[in-house]
Order: sequence, then structure tokens, then C-alpha cells
Amino acid sequence: MATKKEPIWIARELSKCSGCRKCEIACSLFHENRIWPEASRIRVFMLVPGVDFPHFCAQCEDYPCVKVCPVKALSISKKTGAVLVDAETCIACGQCIDACPGRIPHMHPKGKHILICDLCNGNPQCVKVCQQGGWNVLKKVPRKSYAYELYARTPEETTQDLAVKMYGEKAEEFL
Amino acid sequence: MILGYAGKLLEVDLSTEKIKETTFDDYVLKNYIGGRGLATKILWDRLGGKWEEVDPLGPENILLLLTGPLTGFFPGGRICVSGKSPQSNGVVGSTVAGEFGVELKCAGYDGVILTEEAEKPVYLFVKDSEVEIRDAGLVWGDDAKQTVATLTKECRNLLKTRFPQKGEWKEPAILYIGPAGENKVRTAVVAAKWTHAAGYGGYGAVMGSKKLKAIVVRGTDPLPEVADMDKVEKLMQAVCEDVYESDLWRRWGTGAAGYEVGAKTSSEPVRNWQEEWHDEKSYGVDKFENKVWIKQYWGDFGCPTTCLKIAMVKNGQFSGAITDNPDYELQAYLGPNLGIFTPEENVFLTSLIDDLGLCGIQTGNVLGFAAELFERGILTKEDLSGLKPKWGDAKALAALTRKIAFREGIGDLLAEGTYRAALTLGKMKKIDLLPFAVQSKGISIGAHGIRSGKDYPEIISYACSVQGGDHTSTAALPLDGSGSELMEIFNDSGVYCNFNTFGIPRNIRFNFYKAVTGLELTRKEWCSTKALRVLQLQRAMLLLGGPDLKWNPKIHDDNPPRFYKPLPSGPYKGKTVNKARFENYKKRYYEAVGWDENGIPESETLRKLGLHDVDKAMEKLR
Repeated sequence: MATKKEPIWIARELSKCSGCRKCEIACSLFHENRIWPEASRIRVFMLVPGVDFPHFCAQCEDYPCVKVCPVKALSISKKTGAVLVDAETCIACGQCIDACPGRIPHMHPKGKHILICDLCNGNPQCVKVCQQGGWNVLKKVPRKSYAYELYARTPEETTQDLAVKMYGEKAEEFL
Repeated sequence: MILGYAGKLLEVDLSTEKIKETTFDDYVLKNYIGGRGLATKILWDRLGGKWEEVDPLGPENILLLLTGPLTGFFPGGRICVSGKSPQSNGVVGSTVAGEFGVELKCAGYDGVILTEEAEKPVYLFVKDSEVEIRDAGLVWGDDAKQTVATLTKECRNLLKTRFPQKGEWKEPAILYIGPAGENKVRTAVVAAKWTHAAGYGGYGAVMGSKKLKAIVVRGTDPLPEVADMDKVEKLMQAVCEDVYESDLWRRWGTGAAGYEVGAKTSSEPVRNWQEEWHDEKSYGVDKFENKVWIKQYWGDFGCPTTCLKIAMVKNGQFSGAITDNPDYELQAYLGPNLGIFTPEENVFLTSLIDDLGLCGIQTGNVLGFAAELFERGILTKEDLSGLKPKWGDAKALAALTRKIAFREGIGDLLAEGTYRAALTLGKMKKIDLLPFAVQSKGISIGAHGIRSGKDYPEIISYACSVQGGDHTSTAALPLDGSGSELMEIFNDSGVYCNFNTFGIPRNIRFNFYKAVTGLELTRKEWCSTKALRVLQLQRAMLLLGGPDLKWNPKIHDDNPPRFYKPLPSGPYKGKTVNKARFENYKKRYYEAVGWDENGIPESETLRKLGLHDVDKAMEKLR
């Protein structure tokens, strides 16, 4: 496990996701003090039944979302490596969504600002509930120099791969 | 306004396409909670006066999709489907798992009330307060998997176009019917996520009669405010910890029971309940797990149990069949009940049942009934349009299943469900066929027999239930015990999954209710007044029945004749239900719930509960 001092990453084994959405519950309770799936920074997609997986920031090495922000509302946490959103500064232009290879950021359903995983300041709540349930889809690990951006993929792309992995050629009928 | 509720229901008249919001005052919600309880109240208030004339498959019936205050909070989200049942002609609270209830509450609605019927096939699309009735021509006739794929794509595209700056939209939650529902088959379901179904009650047929293919909902608000969020979190944690620790249903779901319930408790339907025992190791849980499960844990919103496992046959003649575990009920009913003992054939039939939008229990029961009549020579190849449904012949039974879903040939008759089919066929053949019908009040009995005495249902459980053969709503004494129908009414009215209640203290659900709503409710109060009121209303509407069938408690508060025959095999060979013991238990049950010796709710009982109009309606039955 990572110590508190070094930047972290949430390793993810998507095909093991049960779709229980406890990560959404934990994330929204932590950030919004409500059970609010739509305001969760981690969202479980299930575009095809059985193909459930969490969709959340991969903290790309080159942080394209931070680079593209026209008002500098996004910054990188030195402590954790997370992308931090300054909600006051954010103008909800959506340029970060287009810059993200996985189209992962999404608008807050009520506030006028973008939502991106902030790694809960080093203690990700989603990881806790996922580990507690023994699903182990999510695991906190030290951040190394890996191509994390490979995990930044659109819901459609990930669904395509996981559906074929699960259902083989049949998957074509469901996509 | 009571906490935990969105505060309003969505009401849609499918004929005039008028859409409005309906609210209930606190008194109603405090007493009837939500889900099954509230459904019962709505149906009585709106249809009670003409109940006997209301055709469940006619425009005057009301289809209800109701959450409860605990939906989304108590782990394991569900939605309760109800209306006048085309199976029992009473009211059934039929719940189905999935995210629909949570999405609906996040969209701002505690439920949907659907009245009248559409002129042409439609579906309802709800995005928060934006509600529209859309043409379903594109998906009418489609099976479950096609319907889910098309509507998911269509509605996500709509959202993307309308809210281009939002980012990626998650899939909406969908409740739908398959071809069986469209064809008003009485064993049709309202379904979700390919494999999840509200089966008991036959509400797929009601939805089909309204030409409503689906309801699609996407909500972006938080779940409603609660009285004490810290407490809710603690209770959620307590339920989850219990489940994680016991691991009982998590490991195998109910998928171990296809073997266990046959071999150990000897209470599994085998060849239309001619036996209740089998020791076929080819049907062991290890075979399901190792041969066909491709996903070990699959769950719905907030659920720690994830009792579903996804199964797929990857080679051989049934290659490409996909379903969940199957769960025990469908393992039994589309397995041993039909003389089938391999996971591959069972997955194949269950997948077909899912795709057609049929209930595996009700349809598995009527298939077993037909197969037995064929075995006995009562139904011939000619009667069966050339089909020969022999025990264990998965392909012939699949062909018969399709005939039922599309109401072709003999399928049209079997599509009426076991009880009605037995009456009609009996008249045609001039034989009493009820001895072969294993059902209670038009609802085929769940896959848990009572003859061995080793399973959970008791000898009055189905005969005295207000939901007939429903194995998730069984009657038993004491009334405040965990096996009581009154406790199930709470699960179905709070609307969450009863599978997450098995290991926890009985009172946690009432603590949950208080943490969410802020209202005190004790088990005693629930069982002696509120739940009892729901039970009496359900009983009253069941007995009023009509228009095609009516129940006489003296005849119909009884077990199917087969349950009085001794078990012919297995460790409990010779055991059966003792009629005198049954009558005695039934008498005690009638007394406990306040029904007279003829099974009619007593005037005093009803008046004490404030149900004066029900008392008046019961006069004609007394």
C-alpha cells in the first residue's frame, strides 16, 4: 500500500466489477453528503447488462485536461497526483471533456462546474468500499511511471472490449 | 412532507397522453408506506367500487410502478410492480431488482401510475421532470436483449443531443416487456436488465394490454433527504457486514439449491411435482459454476450480496444462450420440473424465457403440466400442433414455450396459465385436470414444496397467502414472526430486497425506516395495524375477484391436490400434508388475522382497522 506521502493511483480490474455501485454511494456521500450517483466522481456504466465497470479519472501522465482548461480551473495535486477542480473558477465549458481520451469528466448535475476524481486527498473512499466487499476491482497503489492514460477510454470503447471478453461474438448483438 | 420520499408520483393517461403529478397526504404514506402497501391502497380507492367488473387486461386496470422510502437506502434496490392481477384477479406486489427505483427517485418521483391504454405501441421516457410518450414501433415485437440494446442507444443519443455539454451519459434504467407481454400472455413479466423480472401477478400482460413496451428513466438529482444520514450509513454498513461475513448467498446466489433442495430437503418440483426429490449430481452447483458461469458476482444498486451470476453456454447445440445463474427458482422449474438435469439445457431454456419476457416459474409450471398431460395421453401430438414435449426434451419444450409466448395453437390456451388452462382443457377433454395443476388462486406455486416439512414454507403458506402461490409472500403464524406474510409486506412496501434481511435482526428494517423517514414504527404496531390493513385489503380484492374467476375460500383456501399425495421417493418418501392438521392450522390462522370460519374478513376486524368501506363490500360475500 502507498504511504500518504507519495502520489497514488487507483489500479483497476474492470472485468471483476459486480455493478454494486457502492463506489458511487461512497463517493457522493464523501463529496456531497448525499447518495447521488449522478454527482459521483466515479460512475459505473452498464451499457450492456453484465458489462458493468467503473469509469473515472486515470490521471494521464501528460494531463491533457489540465493543459486545455482556458481558465486554469484545473491543477495537479502535488501530494496525490490527482486533478483538482476549482469549482469557483470553472466555467463549465466542457473543453476538458473533449481533451480527455476517455471523455471521463462530466458536469455536476446542479452546480456549474466539472467533476473529476480528486483521489479523496489520498484516501479514496471508493477503494475502501470495494475492498471491504472483497470485489477488489479498485486498489490503491503508489503512482509509478506507467502509461496510465491507456485506461482513459470512453464508455463505449471499454464496453466493446469487455462485452467481447464476456460474450464473444454474441456481443455484437448487444452493442 | 415525510423524509425519504421524492414527494410526488408521475401519473400518465396513455389514452389521452395527459401527464400529471399526483401526491398523497402524509396519513396515507404513514399507513401504507409505499410499494405493495401503497399499491393496495391506490387500487382499492380507485377501483374498489367496481373491482369485480374490472378486466385486468382492459383499459380500466391501473399499472403501478412504486418505490418505497427505503429504496436506494436499504442495500439492494428494487421496484414494486402492481395492479389488478390477471392471474389471481386480486392484487400482487411484485418486486424486481435493478436501478429503476433509484433512478426514478433521483428523477423526483416515488412511482409511476399508468392508466388507460395507448392507441399504438409506445414507451415512456422520463428524464427528471421531462416526461414524454414516444413511439415504440421500432422495438415492438423485439425480445428482451434487442429491446434493451435499442432503447439504451436511442435514449442515450437523445440525452447527448439535448445536453451536449454534459459529458458522457450513463445508461438509463429500463423496465420492459417481451413478446409474451405484448401478446397478453398471463405468465408474462415486467423485466429489467435481461434477466430480472417481476413475475408473480402477470403484470407483463397488463403492460402489453396498455401497449406500453417500456418505461425508461434517468434521474440526476440526489436520493431524497433523510432524517439521519449518519444512522442510515451505519445501518447500511451493518447489513453489508453481515452479508460479507456469512457469504451465504454471495458465493452461489441461490444457485446451489437446484441440487440441494432436491437432494436434501426434498421439496423441489420434479416432473410437475410428481416427485420432490432428485439426487442428480449432474445438476450440482459445481457444474453450474465450472461449466457455465462467466461472471461470479453480479448485483444491483447498493447490494452486498450480488446473488446473480451470469451464465453462458459457449459450445454445443445450445451455444450462445445467456442468462443469470439461473437462480434456484428457474433452475428448478426449467430443470427437474421438466425432467432436465444439465446446466446447459437449463441455461438454454432460461435464456429463452428471459428473451420472450415470460415468468420462469409460471411458465415452467404450465410446461410441466402440459408435459405430464402428454405423458398420460390426455394431450396428444395433434393437440400440441405436432410437438412432443417429453420429459427432458429441451428442444421440444422450447418450441412449446415459443408457442405460448406468441399464443400459437395450443400455446394460446397454455398462455392463460396453469389454472385457467386446466379448466378449459378439462372441459374439452371432459376430465378434471385440477389434480395436475400445482397452483393456488391462479398463481403457480414457487419451487418450495411443503410435503417433506423440511423447507421454509408451512402447510398453510400458499393456501392462505393473499398472493397465492408466491413463495416470497407466504402465510404463517405467529403473525409477528419472521416467516409471517406481514413481514414480507414490509419488505415489499419499503421496497428493497428481502435477501439482505435474512441474517440481520428483525428490527433493523424498522430502525432503517426511522433513520430514513424520522418516524417511529415498531414491529408490534406494524403487525397489529398497518400491515394487517394491507393484508385485509388484499384479501378483500382477492375474494371479490372477477370478472372471469372468483375464489371461494371454502374450496380455494387449500393446497393443490398433489400436495396431499405421499412423496413417492427420496429420504422423506411417504410424507405428505395431513388434511386435518392443515384444517386446524388454517382455522388458527383465520382467527389470528380476523377472518370468519368461511375465510371472509370479519366486520369487527375491518371496522377496528378503519376499513368501513371494505366491510360494506364484504357483506355480499358473507
